[in-house]
Amino acid sequence: MLEVTPWWGALLLPVVLALFAIAAASFDSVLATGRGAVAEPLRATAGLLVQQRRRTLAADSLLWRGGAVALLVAGIMAALVIPLGSWVVSDFSVGVVWFNTMEVVAWAAVWLVGWGANSAFGLIGGYRFIAQGLAYELPHMFALITAALGAGSLRVADIVAAQHDLWFVVWMPVAFAVYLMSVLGMAFFRPFDHAVSGDAAGGVLAELSGVDRLVFVAGRWLLLTSGAAMAVPLFLGGGQGPLLPGWLWSVLKTAAVLGFLVWVSRRGPTVRMERFHEIAWIVLIPATLVQALVVSIVVIW
Amino acid sequence: MAQVLFWLCAIAAVVTGIAVFRVDSMARATFALLASFIFTAVTVLLLDLAYLGVLVILMMIMEMVIMAVFMIMFMMNPAGLMPMTMVHNQKGSLAIAVGTFVVLATGVLLVPWPGSDRARPDDPTMQLGEALMGSKMLVMIVLGLALFATMVATVVLATHRGRYDRYGDRLDRKRPDDPVPGGIGR
Repeated sequence: MLEVTPWWGALLLPVVLALFAIAAASFDSVLATGRGAVAEPLRATAGLLVQQRRRTLAADSLLWRGGAVALLVAGIMAALVIPLGSWVVSDFSVGVVWFNTMEVVAWAAVWLVGWGANSAFGLIGGYRFIAQGLAYELPHMFALITAALGAGSLRVADIVAAQHDLWFVVWMPVAFAVYLMSVLGMAFFRPFDHAVSGDAAGGVLAELSGVDRLVFVAGRWLLLTSGAAMAVPLFLGGGQGPLLPGWLWSVLKTAAVLGFLVWVSRRGPTVRMERFHEIAWIVLIPATLVQALVVSIVVIW
Repeated sequence: MAQVLFWLCAIAAVVTGIAVFRVDSMARATFALLASFIFTAVTVLLLDLAYLGVLVILMMIMEMVIMAVFMIMFMMNPAGLMPMTMVHNQKGSLAIAVGTFVVLATGVLLVPWPGSDRARPDDPTMQLGEALMGSKMLVMIVLGLALFATMVATVVLATHRGRYDRYGDRLDRKRPDDPVPGGIGR
């Protein structure tokens, strides 16, 4: 059902992702400061491009810069298996696992950026993100597994095809909700932005400036975009829909999910990790397990 | 193409593996080890074992990040601001490492590996799984349960505060007495 694009599809993918990410960032600034701030992300990008790099004493530059680049690369690579309508860059047989792996790169990347600056605030942010990862990752994996279970395959094309009659969101609402929440968690957007929150002077972001900061923040937005885009084939029927062509449905659904996530992240306060941990392990993991059990019973029936 | 990729990854895996013992910072040593594992995982991917290869990358990233936390917590000179060495008992470990390598390498060259003209199966991961533990599935399942029970038991034994600290000696406290309250007020 899905057709793999020629090689230039891989070149086009970062561009499409970046357009989504810039639109989302614009929407975010509009929500934050009003309609005049539409072009704020572009202005901030230009500013960061000409800003001089801040240096810190005895920084581990290799790990510091490497972490930021890893986050950016992971945000793009995660989208390799996400279809746009019926086009996909790579129809990998274990697409869901690939997507999950690229997200987990964020664990290493954020910690490295926090560590590399040799700054106490950055390090606090890095450790906070690892704690956060331990909280959101298991419910997130169970949500992914539930969608794969419903289709009986780890291939994204099969998951989309299995939703021909009924979108997975209808009979996997818990998995869908947990998935959206963990996307905010993995891209450390509020309410899960403890790793970069103001109480630690910006945490991981504290010492980042210039191009380094641009790469890291862009990676963060691309990760959020990839996560939002993956929700469409996993739970919202991919490019399926009446009248309009498939690619347009994919774009519309992705924009809706991304816009919703940005709006939600502007609505609440930062959640402290010791609070989120208890919620994740005592409420979310059992909830996703029950959801997976219900889905497996339905599938076997 | 696959040959070139294999040799690139094999050499890179060995080089980053050596780097683990050459760098002078715990963070760098941990992530050099992670790089070595990822290069090894790519060689697994070259065998068409897609699931296993990607899973190795996934697990190793999570594992190494957690390990970095503990290594930095417990090892000397965490930040690498002073010279440190990852090598202890240098001569002994060198002898063991070279000996192991020689034994394994001669094994690779001397064992008569079975060949086959048949095409590769559609799902090599499935075939490998069946070959490894098809007849031993019951043992594996029991073993998995035993391992999981061991992990739970270890955590229970190691935890600083148990339920008697939280709910009182007679477990009669309505709300737990926690230094840091959790998210659901239980």
